Amino acid sequence: MTMANNTASQTEAPVFYLKEEHHPETGTMLGFWIYLMSDCLIFAILFATHGVLGRNYAAGPSPADLFDLKLVAINTSMLLFSSITYGFAMLQMEKGKIAGTQLWLAITGLFGIAFVGLELYEFHHLWHIGATPMRSGFLSAFYTLVATHGLHVTFGIIWLVTLMVQVSKRGLIPENKRRLMCLSMFWHFLDVVWIGVFSVVYLLGVLG
Amino acid sequence: MFSNPDLLHFIFGRLSIDSIPMFHEPIVAVTFAAVVLGGLVVMGALTYFRLWGYLWNEWVTSIDHKKIGIMYIILAIVMLLRGFADALMMRAQQAVAFGDVAGYLPPDHYDQIFTAHGVIMIFFVAMPLVTGLMNFVVPLQIGARDVAFPFLNNFSFWMTTCGAVLIMVSLFVGEFAKTGWLAYPPLSDIVYSPGVGVDYYIWALQIAGVGTLLSGVNLIVTIVKMRAPGMSMMKMPVFTWTSLCTNILIVAAFPVLTAVLVLLGLDRYAGTNFFTNDLGGNAMMYINLIWIWGHPEVYILILPAFGVFSEVVSTFCRKRLFGYNSMVYATVVITILSYIVWLHHFFTMGSGASVNAFFGITTMIISIPTGAKVFNWLFTMYKGRISFDVPMLWTIGFMLTFVIGGMTGVMLAVPPADFVLHNSLFLIAHFHNVIIGGVVFGMFAGIVYWFPKAFGFKLDEFWGKMSFWLWTIGFYFAFMPLYVLGLMGVTRRMSHFDDPSLQIWFVIAAFGAVLIAGGIGSFIMSIVVAVIKRDKLRDETGDPWGGRTLEWSTSSPPPAYNFAFTPVIHELDAWADMKKRGYVRPTSGFIDIHMPKNTGAGFILAAISLVLGFALVWHIWWLVAVSFILLVGGAIAHTFNYDRDYHIPASEVVATEDERTALLAKQQA
Repeated sequence: MTMANNTASQTEAPVFYLKEEHHPETGTMLGFWIYLMSDCLIFAILFATHGVLGRNYAAGPSPADLFDLKLVAINTSMLLFSSITYGFAMLQMEKGKIAGTQLWLAITGLFGIAFVGLELYEFHHLWHIGATPMRSGFLSAFYTLVATHGLHVTFGIIWLVTLMVQVSKRGLIPENKRRLMCLSMFWHFLDVVWIGVFSVVYLLGVLG
Repeated sequence: MFSNPDLLHFIFGRLSIDSIPMFHEPIVAVTFAAVVLGGLVVMGALTYFRLWGYLWNEWVTSIDHKKIGIMYIILAIVMLLRGFADALMMRAQQAVAFGDVAGYLPPDHYDQIFTAHGVIMIFFVAMPLVTGLMNFVVPLQIGARDVAFPFLNNFSFWMTTCGAVLIMVSLFVGEFAKTGWLAYPPLSDIVYSPGVGVDYYIWALQIAGVGTLLSGVNLIVTIVKMRAPGMSMMKMPVFTWTSLCTNILIVAAFPVLTAVLVLLGLDRYAGTNFFTNDLGGNAMMYINLIWIWGHPEVYILILPAFGVFSEVVSTFCRKRLFGYNSMVYATVVITILSYIVWLHHFFTMGSGASVNAFFGITTMIISIPTGAKVFNWLFTMYKGRISFDVPMLWTIGFMLTFVIGGMTGVMLAVPPADFVLHNSLFLIAHFHNVIIGGVVFGMFAGIVYWFPKAFGFKLDEFWGKMSFWLWTIGFYFAFMPLYVLGLMGVTRRMSHFDDPSLQIWFVIAAFGAVLIAGGIGSFIMSIVVAVIKRDKLRDETGDPWGGRTLEWSTSSPPPAYNFAFTPVIHELDAWADMKKRGYVRPTSGFIDIHMPKNTGAGFILAAISLVLGFALVWHIWWLVAVSFILLVGGAIAHTFNYDRDYHIPASEVVATEDERTALLAKQQA
């Protein structure tokens, strides 16, 4: 018999069941967090791949030949701003203000679109000068890592629009708040991943 | 218009009438005819008995973890028949193909068979067995009403099933990969495998992988968040502990497989250079990455089996498990160590002595916690009142067989020995020894043990014992010769041999495979006979074995809500504790129970994924676009459904529980 049971249970009959309905706390946040960590592993593999293949230029262009750090800096700031504005949206949500939440979500979405747009412009430019993913191991790894992040942002934008519609239809009900929290974690997670991409792929590529 | 080749190519992609192998392969034609006939009989029966509605409402759309668990196991048994048919074909081919005799399988076909055998047995037999058992048992063991995300659970199951269906389609439309079960590049690159086989492989595993990953997230959250009050981590049943570790491994390993298959897919579809021989590709990276998933994968399979044996051994020895704490710590240590051993799968590929030594030592260290577990089971049996029911037979068979497999594993972990044994039949014998002796025996033990909980009657004992003896003896006949052949230097995946002195060993192995076929047949017979004799085998107590954990406290089969009242836990082995301290089952005061609602969304989304996978395999781009848009649109549409749950009214709970009260009273009378 363990310590805990030595006290009351010896004398009176122990309680073996709850007479009222039991509500375990909701696991959505934990579940979504675990999903994000699994997604993080996908990025980890892509980073590792870039680490292995990142110098395999196959007599093709290297990062210093290709990347325009000014453009990437603007792009990075778009994503960082979008994280801040998402934070503002969450503050409005906490206050229960639907219009304010929607406004900041919309601004976040616009920053996201700007980010994806700049990335597509960069890809288009690189492709145009012959730096395609088929050119070398380095470029395969580069495009895959950056485009996987970009695809995540794109899905984030689709999700964001969906949630805006749902908030406008049903307001800030608990389900919608929970969904906004999930998207918030997703959005900030992509921000963190991008900081890795910016540092490892672009900065170390050009300056390292 | 239909003679226009461009248009045909647009509509059908790579698919043409020549892609259907049954017109030139008699074996495939006969199989196809059997499948079509069998399918028609089943569909006819469903229509005749008007079961379509029942099937859709009660099973396909069900989010009940118990039904989903059962469906996983049915899927696994069906796929076991397919995977085992492949095994028999290989054994038959290798038993006859010596010297001038070419055998009945051309190399091209033989290569597809060994690939399909491996992929099916691991992904669509072992994985669904493990996931199915965890799904069924874990919520019951922790006193929960369902899993944390019931809809995702249904979706996961159908994704796994659609992956299996895509592999089955490859049998009749096109071909399967000829690369071996891990599809190493450069062989699996587009240059050397231009057909659709590897593409079937990629997309079947990606679709099923989504299901596996989501089910992993689901069960972790279920175990962490939904345990009944009082059940601290160190009061969890061992099977729940091993399930938790397995699901952590799933979440931490399957994304690696997803990523590496995406990269292989990009090499094949987009012409990138990840694993190519030129332009900066690196094939070794694939082999590292796939084993970073692959080694945890074998622990994903074996840990739940260890959990089953722990439950079985304490139940059938009428004792609490010896060394519960050490069992938990051993499980956790194995979970961690499983991530730092992957390189032992390719000692021969030039990593150098230091790296090989590191991975050789970590591999050997794993045998320490595993050995601790074996001793715990032995000490549980020591001075126990052992009853030799079928689950206990499987457990004893496992302990003997698995130890042999473990020892050959330690032999392979020694890098110099591995240089001799690598890629030989010794390796094949080793991993079948641990997978059959560990995972398969464990899953059979689990199925026999929990069957009465799921259906309310036990499996037939005579056929159960037949199954055990045929499997066990068959295993030794089938795989001990392969150890011998491996030591002689015979390599794996050969469809023909020159040296006639080897033949006798292959004949013995084929005989063993026939015995195993008898074992599988007996297992199915034990179900069929049990269904026929179900009134005789019925258990109305809900606790036919004298179990120790919570699942035995409710009725068999359990009601949809599992427990009328959420149990409160004071001790490890909660149900044994409740029985000992005079627990009285509540018979009144029932209240409404809050439950999730069934939905067809999981099935529909998975079916669209199947179409998407098929279209990707055959390069039918318009269908890819359409099904992708439908998939995203469907998923979004599903999120607009806020009506996810309902209440089982107290009156219904009262009716269900009164019925059980009457049954229990009849027992006591």
